[in-house]
Amino acid sequence: MADLTSDFLGIKSPNPFWLASAPPTDKAYNVNRAFEAGWGGVVWKTLGEAGPPIVNVSGPRYSAIYGNDRRVIGFNNIELITDRPLETNLKEIRQIKRDWPDRALVVSVMLPMNEKAWAEHVPMIEDTGADALELNFGCPHGMSERGMGAAVGQVPEYIQMATEWCKKAASIPVIVKLTPNVATVVPPAKAAKDGGADAVSLINTVNSIMRVNYDTLTMYPTTDGMGTHGGYCGEAVKPIALNMVAEIARTPDTKGIPISGIGGISDWRDAVDFLALGASNVQVCTAAMVYGFKIIDDLTDGLSTFLDDKGMTSVSELVGKAVPSVTDWQYLNLNYIEKAVIDQDLCIKCGRCHVVCEDTSHQAITNTVNGERHFEIIDDECVGCNLCVSVCPVDSCITMKEIPNDDESLSWTQHPNNPMRKS
Amino acid sequence: MPDPDMRPNRLDKAEIDKNFADLHPPLSRSEALIEADRCYFCYDAPCTTACPTGIDIPSFIQKIRSDNIRGSAHTILSENIMGGMCARVCPTEVLCEEACVRNTHEDKPVEIGLLQRYATDPIFEDGTRLFERAEASGKRVAVVGGGPAGLSCAHRLAMLGHEVKIFNRDPLRGGLNEYGIAAYKTVDNFAQREVDWILSIGGVEVEDGVELGTDFSLTALRDAYDAVFLGIGLTLVNDLNIDNEDLPGVENATDYIAELRQTEDKSTLPVGRNVVVIGGGMTAIDIAVQSKRLGAERVDLVYRRGPEDMSASEFEQRLAQVSGVSVHHWLHPKALHGDDHVSSIEFDKNGQSVTMEADVVFKAIGQRLADLQLASELQGIDIEYGKIVVAGDQATTLPGVWDGGDCVAGGKDLTVSAVQHGKVAAHAIDRYFGGDNG
Repeated sequence: MADLTSDFLGIKSPNPFWLASAPPTDKAYNVNRAFEAGWGGVVWKTLGEAGPPIVNVSGPRYSAIYGNDRRVIGFNNIELITDRPLETNLKEIRQIKRDWPDRALVVSVMLPMNEKAWAEHVPMIEDTGADALELNFGCPHGMSERGMGAAVGQVPEYIQMATEWCKKAASIPVIVKLTPNVATVVPPAKAAKDGGADAVSLINTVNSIMRVNYDTLTMYPTTDGMGTHGGYCGEAVKPIALNMVAEIARTPDTKGIPISGIGGISDWRDAVDFLALGASNVQVCTAAMVYGFKIIDDLTDGLSTFLDDKGMTSVSELVGKAVPSVTDWQYLNLNYIEKAVIDQDLCIKCGRCHVVCEDTSHQAITNTVNGERHFEIIDDECVGCNLCVSVCPVDSCITMKEIPNDDESLSWTQHPNNPMRKS
Repeated sequence: MPDPDMRPNRLDKAEIDKNFADLHPPLSRSEALIEADRCYFCYDAPCTTACPTGIDIPSFIQKIRSDNIRGSAHTILSENIMGGMCARVCPTEVLCEEACVRNTHEDKPVEIGLLQRYATDPIFEDGTRLFERAEASGKRVAVVGGGPAGLSCAHRLAMLGHEVKIFNRDPLRGGLNEYGIAAYKTVDNFAQREVDWILSIGGVEVEDGVELGTDFSLTALRDAYDAVFLGIGLTLVNDLNIDNEDLPGVENATDYIAELRQTEDKSTLPVGRNVVVIGGGMTAIDIAVQSKRLGAERVDLVYRRGPEDMSASEFEQRLAQVSGVSVHHWLHPKALHGDDHVSSIEFDKNGQSVTMEADVVFKAIGQRLADLQLASELQGIDIEYGKIVVAGDQATTLPGVWDGGDCVAGGKDLTVSAVQHGKVAAHAIDRYFGGDNG
C-alpha cells in the first residue's frame, strides 16, 4: 500500500485530502464528523475581525447546475465568512486541535487592509494551536464589496502588502488563497510569494449567476426578489483550476512555491490531476456538500490503489509529474499527426460522431458504406481534432492514433508561415 | 359429458379491477427525466426509422429533458395523431425500442413508449389544442370507418383545409382502439378521450351506426364527395375449417374482447373454467391473458407453428407466460367435440392426437374483409388474399378512392401502421386536389 501521509509545509496529515474553508468546516460539530470520516485535515471556515459577527441572508445561499439524473456538476454560493463570534470559533479550534492532534488544522482568515488588524488577530489565532493560516483573498461576493476577499486578491500589490503584515505577526506557515477572477493568476501568485507566503492555495470560486427563474424572469435564486452574483465551484470549474495550478507550477516567477489544489475535486482521479500538475495536496468542498463526508473513502482508497498501480510509494512521487508536459501553444509540434480510429466492434451506431463532424467540423466521418449504416473515419479529411472522441458515448470506441512521418518537429516559432519566426 | 363450466364472478371485483389496471403505469416526472437522459440523440436515429409513422424520437425526448412537454407532444402528434394510444399499444420491442442503439451498448433500450406517453398524456388531460386548420379548400372527403386509419386521415385532411365526413359503423368511435385492444392496455376510457381530442380540430362530421353496403354505397360516396378514404378494417374472423366449428362455445376472440372492453364490471362476464385459444398473434395473446385475469382456471394458447413464427412479439409471449397461460406450439387443430356445447378440442401433433378439455374455444387465427356483399360493393378495387391492394400513396385501383388500416394487403395490422396509412392517404388526396402541402 502506498503511503498517503502528507507533509505540507511541515504540517502532517494522514492523507493529502483537506476540507476547504467553507460551510463544512464552520464549527466543531462538522469538523469532528469530518475527522471521524477520515479526512486528513480541514481549513476552518474564514474568521473575520473581532466584534459583531457577519450576517448572512436567510434565503437561498446555494444553487446548482445539473447533469444527467440531476447530478450536480456546478454549484454556486453567496454565503459569507463565518457568522459566528470570533471567540466561539477560537475556542472550538483550540479544542479540535487538542482532540485530533494527527490532523491538519489550518485557519482561514480575512481581515481589513490595515496592518493593525493583522497584528491584533493573527496571534489570537495562532494561540489556538492551529497549524497554519490561510489568507482568504478570493471570496468573490459580499466581502469583496467591503474591500476584502477578491478585492484584495485581484490587486497583486494588496496581496503582497497583506501577506507581509500577516507574516510579520505569524510564526506558523501562511498560505495565500487565490481568486480565479483575474486575467492571469501568475502575478497574484508571485505577489504572494514576494510577500513571504509559504504556499498558495487555489482556486477560490468563480463569479457566477446560475440562471433565471423561468416563471418570474428574475435571476435565480433571489433574496426577496433580488439576486447577486455568487461563487461558482464544483466539477465544472476543475479545468479552470488545473490551468491556474499548472501555470504557477511551470512559470519561473512562481515555480517551486508549494500549492494546495482546490476546485471541483470529486473523486480520486481529480486529485491525481491536481497533484500531477503541481499541487502538493488538495482541498475539497463541493463534493462533500453534495454527497457528505463519506466520499473520503473513495478519495483515499482510489488514490492509494492508483499509486500502487503506478509503482509509487508515496504521494510526493506523483506531485508535479505532468508539469513538464505543459507548455505554450507556440511550442507544439505542428508536424505531428494523429487521426481518429473507430473500433467497429464497440460502435453502437448512434451516429453522433458523424453528425458533429459533418455539421461542425471537417466532414471526415461516413454515415453509410455500401448502403449500410456505418461510421468510419475518412483519413484524408480527418484533422485529428478529437471532437468525435469527445462526443462518442462509448468509452474507448473512438481513439486517436499517431500517423508516423519523417518530418522533424516544427513549432510555430520556427514555422515558415510565421513572420516572427526565430530561425 | 359434463356441462360446460361457464360462469361470471370467478374472481371478486376488487381482484379483477387489479388485474385490469394499467399494464404499464405512466412514468412520474422524475422517472421520465432519468429515462430521457438515457437517449443519445442519435443522428438519423434508428428508432425514428423503425417507427411506422416516422416520429422524430430523439427530438421529442430532448424536449422532455428540457421540460418542453407541449413541444414534445407536438413533435409526436404531428407525425402520429394517435401517439397517445400508440404509446400504450405499440409493440415497441419490435419497433423503435428494438432499434435503439442502447441495446448494443447495454442491452436495455430507452423506454420510448413510456416517454411518449409521458409527453402526450397532459395534452389529452387538458384538451390542449396543438393543430390549426389551413384555409378552407372547399373540397369534401368521405372517410369510411371511424378507426385509427379513418381518424388519422380525417384529422390530417382537416388540417389541410378540407371538409370531412366520417361514416362510422359502431356506436362508439375509435374502431379497434375502442373494441379491440386488451382492457389493461388502455384504461380510464382513454380511447374515447383521444377520439374527442382528434375531432376537436373541427371540420370533421361523424355519422355513427352506418355501414358500407347496408346504409350507403361506395358509388354514392364517389358521386357526392371529391374523394373517398376507406378504413373499413377486417370484420370476418378466419375459420379453423374443422368439424363441429358451429358448436356453441366456439367463439371469435375479437367478439369477446369487444364485449370485455364494453363491460364496466368485468366480474359479470361469463368465463370458462378451461379456455383454449387458437392462434399466435396479438389477439390470441390478448384473449388468453384476459381470460386468465378474469379467473379462468386453465388457459391453453395453442399455435400450429413454433414461437419464432408467432406474430405476437416476444414481450407479448412472455406476458402470456407470466400471466399463467400455457403456451403450446406445433399443434394443428383437428376436430372440436361436444354434444350441444363444445367440451374438448383435438389436435394433431406429428401424427399423434392430443385432446384438451375446453369450456370455450376462442378462434384468433386472423381476420379478413367483410362478406361478399361488401366485396361487390368494392367493385373496381383489386383485392388480394381478402385484403385491398394499394399503391405507395395508399391509392386503390379505383380512381379517387384511397385505403388504409388493417384492410390493406401486406399491412402490419398495427394501430401505428393504420395511422400512417391515413396520414399518407390524406396527403395523397391533398395532392390530388392540387395542394402542395407535402
